[in-house]
Amino acid sequence: MRYIRPSSIEDAVGLLAEAAGKAAVLAGGSDLLVRMKGGFIEPELIIDIKAIDALRHITESEDGFVIGAAVPCAVVGENAALRRAWPGVVEGANLIGSKQVQGRCTIVGNLCNASPAADSVPALVAAGAKALIRGPAGSRTIAVEMVAVGPGRTSLAPGEIIEAILLDKRPPRSGDAYQRFTPRTEMDIAVVSAAVNLTLDDRGVVQSARVALGAAAPTVLVVEEAAEILTGSRVEDKTLDRLAAACSGACRPIDDKRGTVEFRRKVAGVLAKRVALAAYQRAGQK
Amino acid sequence: MMAGIAVSTNINGDNAEFLCHADETLLDVLRDRLGLMGVKEGCGTGDCGACSIILDDRLVCSCLVLGAEAEGRRIETVEGMAQGDQLHPLQQKFLEHAALQCGICTPGFLIAAKDLLAKNPDPTEEEIRFGLAGNLCRCTGYDKIVRAVQDAAGVMRGA
Amino acid sequence: MNFDPSHSKRSFSSVGTRPIRPDGVDKVTGRARYGADFNMPGQLVGRILRSPHAHAIIRKIDTSRAAQLPGVKAVLTAADLPDLTNGDAAMYDILDNCMARKKVLYDGHAVAAVAAIDARTAKQALKLIEVEYELLPHVTDVDQAFAPDAPLINDTIFTTGVDPKPDRPSNVSMRSQFGHGDVDAGMARADFVVERTFKTEQTHQGYIEPHACVASVSSDGTADLWVCTQGHFVYRQHCAQLLGMDASKLRVTSSEIGGGFGGKTHVWAEPVALALSRKAGRPVKLVMTRDEVFRASGPTSATSIDVKIGALTDGTIIAADATLRYSCGPYAGAWAEVGAMTAFACYKLENVRTVGYEVLVNRPKTAAYRAPSAPMAAFAVESAIDELAKKVGMDPVDFRIRNAAQEGTKASYGPVYGPIGIGPTLEAVKNHPHMKAPLGKNQGRGMACGFWFNFGGQTCTDLNIGMDGTVSLAVGTVDVGGSRASLSLVAAEELGIDYSQVRTVIADTSSLGYNDMTDGSRGTFSSSMATISAARNAIKILRERAAQMWDIPVEDVTWENGHAVAKGETHGNLPKLSLKEIAAASGTTGGPIAGHSEIVADGAGVSFATHICDIEVDPETGATKVLRYTVVQDAGKAVHPTYVEGQYQGGAAQGIGWALNEEYIYGKDGRLQNAGFLDYRIPVCSDLPMIDTQILEIPNPNHPYGVRGVGETSIVPPLAAVANAVSNAVGVRMLHIPMSPPRILAALEA
Repeated sequence: MRYIRPSSIEDAVGLLAEAAGKAAVLAGGSDLLVRMKGGFIEPELIIDIKAIDALRHITESEDGFVIGAAVPCAVVGENAALRRAWPGVVEGANLIGSKQVQGRCTIVGNLCNASPAADSVPALVAAGAKALIRGPAGSRTIAVEMVAVGPGRTSLAPGEIIEAILLDKRPPRSGDAYQRFTPRTEMDIAVVSAAVNLTLDDRGVVQSARVALGAAAPTVLVVEEAAEILTGSRVEDKTLDRLAAACSGACRPIDDKRGTVEFRRKVAGVLAKRVALAAYQRAGQK
Repeated sequence: MMAGIAVSTNINGDNAEFLCHADETLLDVLRDRLGLMGVKEGCGTGDCGACSIILDDRLVCSCLVLGAEAEGRRIETVEGMAQGDQLHPLQQKFLEHAALQCGICTPGFLIAAKDLLAKNPDPTEEEIRFGLAGNLCRCTGYDKIVRAVQDAAGVMRGA
Repeated sequence: MNFDPSHSKRSFSSVGTRPIRPDGVDKVTGRARYGADFNMPGQLVGRILRSPHAHAIIRKIDTSRAAQLPGVKAVLTAADLPDLTNGDAAMYDILDNCMARKKVLYDGHAVAAVAAIDARTAKQALKLIEVEYELLPHVTDVDQAFAPDAPLINDTIFTTGVDPKPDRPSNVSMRSQFGHGDVDAGMARADFVVERTFKTEQTHQGYIEPHACVASVSSDGTADLWVCTQGHFVYRQHCAQLLGMDASKLRVTSSEIGGGFGGKTHVWAEPVALALSRKAGRPVKLVMTRDEVFRASGPTSATSIDVKIGALTDGTIIAADATLRYSCGPYAGAWAEVGAMTAFACYKLENVRTVGYEVLVNRPKTAAYRAPSAPMAAFAVESAIDELAKKVGMDPVDFRIRNAAQEGTKASYGPVYGPIGIGPTLEAVKNHPHMKAPLGKNQGRGMACGFWFNFGGQTCTDLNIGMDGTVSLAVGTVDVGGSRASLSLVAAEELGIDYSQVRTVIADTSSLGYNDMTDGSRGTFSSSMATISAARNAIKILRERAAQMWDIPVEDVTWENGHAVAKGETHGNLPKLSLKEIAAASGTTGGPIAGHSEIVADGAGVSFATHICDIEVDPETGATKVLRYTVVQDAGKAVHPTYVEGQYQGGAAQGIGWALNEEYIYGKDGRLQNAGFLDYRIPVCSDLPMIDTQILEIPNPNHPYGVRGVGETSIVPPLAAVANAVSNAVGVRMLHIPMSPPRILAALEA
């Protein structure tokens, strides 16, 4: 096994392509090292991308935010501008693991791990975030929900690396929120989770919305029907009940050590209500 | 056979050099190559916090860091907390409050609490509880740990 | 031994104070050495290959490729270990659990081991070992294993304790029964009856330090073992017996121990490490991974318990009946028996019966976990008691006070109680401000009682007085939570010197006589008794030396506050001699001064506690939050009150974790699915409130200072206290522990 710390994204992509599937990309390591320790993977080459300066920053521009692939979630949480613009995205990123894990884990790593329960992903999906991908054939940009194709599997081609996450500039009167259900208050994995992102018109009516559920299907689930229910509403109790029913209905969860089908279904709806309300209140405050 | 990777780093203010394998964790390097046994392994998967260290001002689990990543970084472990025979206020308060029983989690708690107080010198009970939620203790029920951190925070603010 | 252990001392100068523990500085600076913190020159790394199957015959193990791997120095299977097939059955089971001989009996069961020059070579070698398994049907659930048509785990097990002796083997290794009176007649007289079946899932002690040891066996047969254990003398005994070694040639040193709670009272990998070292001719370090700790050490029993209790309209319990089925892992055990003994121990009952069944399952061997077996029985009984109080129309505290055992009560498990603390803990709870605090929406309050026997046992201490008058105390009970501080206090108290003048160490097995392990809350109880005895023996010598120095009869010398004092008309004006002065002269008055003690510490004082829990339940998700928690427990005498509080708080926290989220989860394939701290959810700091404690001191008449054990009882009431709180919050009786959010939500929607 070899360890290489390239200083440019081109070098990283070159190494990854050359290794033909036998290399692993190391950002925070909070998934990779656990899998290596358990003997689930034995890469021949570890490509540490943290020395690539371009990947280590969060930048804000006219278009929005660019979150580099090597930015630890703790740094995401410390970025005041990002917290103001996308509080739900930051909430999700800051729920992964513990303080210790926060110092290491990255949003891109969380996304590439392709767990249906990944905490940072539902809010990114609801936010309409995009993944900027660099590969041997050049760059491309896809919606984040197109990255994971099943538990542990991504759509990335051999040699491709996600360079950054792109978040749009916020229109006025917008808000997002993310909540998960865990038996413990911290240090846990989502049994089920929900994210809502919405924008209001100047009368306080929901103009557009996106709703995403985590750990409710093999990949993060976008619930179009739920978004339609929210759109045109003022997120009244009646709307929330319909929203909950739509989210519970859209779930395709499994029974596993973390929860049952019934529990996930029910709680997906409960969380959707709660985050919709939180997102609505945040949007109204702007 | 794999060749060792030469790493230069700084631990508790002193320069240190070591050779390690690509897949060797910083935890294993600290314990097995550098003899810093105060860093404990409780799980090896980032779930217990016993191996907590501060890496360039960031609290991390050393079991989730590769030894090779330490190149050019600054590492703080429990061994660096006391100055000579003068205990750090957190160490002193842990003793006074009996915030340890078996003591295996103590180094990780001390490092996590040091990081917490560096970022938030006057935390509420809830902030302490959430701030230390990455460290498992099975003996104390956390009560005396929280009190020790509260007390140490007061001393450190006064100092 | 002319030592009188009766309770005699009622005022204290050192005992009851709260000094800093002697091992404290090392533990806050990282210097303290635990199991994995020790190395020997030329040491190899040991690793164990474990079965992925719950139940299978081992057809063949081919280790040849592993043995040929460069860097591998020893490969081991059961064939390399003594065959105890026709010997002691208990020893056979212990060794079979360390290394499977014919069958693997659970996911994680050891089948082979290697010692290699480094961890990566050892890991690689394990992959080269080929094991051929023939899969057998398995059963992991206690109720399913109890059923007559269950897959049979061991065909040599015939249920004992039943008449006539069964003619077919089964998964039930033993039936036990306790009680007195006529339960059926009593139940017939009852005005109110509650009858329920409860279930609790398997939990792990969850100590943060994985099992670790370094074994070194020399070609001359002498050996050393450095290990984290609750009982190094017992480990020595077992390892020597299992491997055919002389116990005296094996020196076992107990490292600092990073938590045990009963889980480090059994040998797991230590005999394997010794056998590897013997074969390789080099020291072997063997450290379990966290995954191995969960899969292959000793969790507690899963249980299924039927309870039926009847009461009269005046609130008297007229009959109490319980049937308890406890899982033992794949070997015979006596866990339900203990549960059956403790179930109704808090109450004064005319008619009581408990029946226990030990049930074999394809799970790791059950080990002790803090007051083993009692919390589950208390969960069932205290839940039913709460429900019965409601039916009778009485406050749950008053109902318990009315039926509480007291001095002279014949306990349901046989003995007649001396002075006990159940009544006082209930009275304290009744008057506690916690009971009067208001509750909000979706909040509930529960309370429950708990009992634990406490143990004494074989104990040996050496108290050595240095020439400078300072004292070294060597004890053989491993310090799991601060007992060195307590024992230093006791030595200081008895000798009349300052705490700072005493240093207590844990001696290795070659430096002190045999000691039972630190279990049964016996560490401070029994070693303090032996320390008092040793100190009194030393005082006798100190008086003799003083008499010699003064040239007066020893009968005229008394020991007061750390000084020899001359009495009588002829020498009453002699200036008193300090311990320091006598010690300084010891070289010319007869040599070193020491006190020794070898005792069986009988007369452990039974212990009772009552807990109060407030909880909030989110009715939409089943999420729980413990809002407030209070522990009231009788300590007999709290030697170091801070560490007594620590025991109360720690036990309560473990009980809360057990009540709410901790459980072993097995798949249909018989494999453990949550062998890690992420999915085996012990409480984190933000899950718990401060845990208030109230120490009661009802002296144990059989200890000079009145000490009872304090370590275990605190884990007994929480399961029931939390369950009663949740039941009161949601209005539905909770019957299944842990009350994880999915279970609470399912109960709410049922």
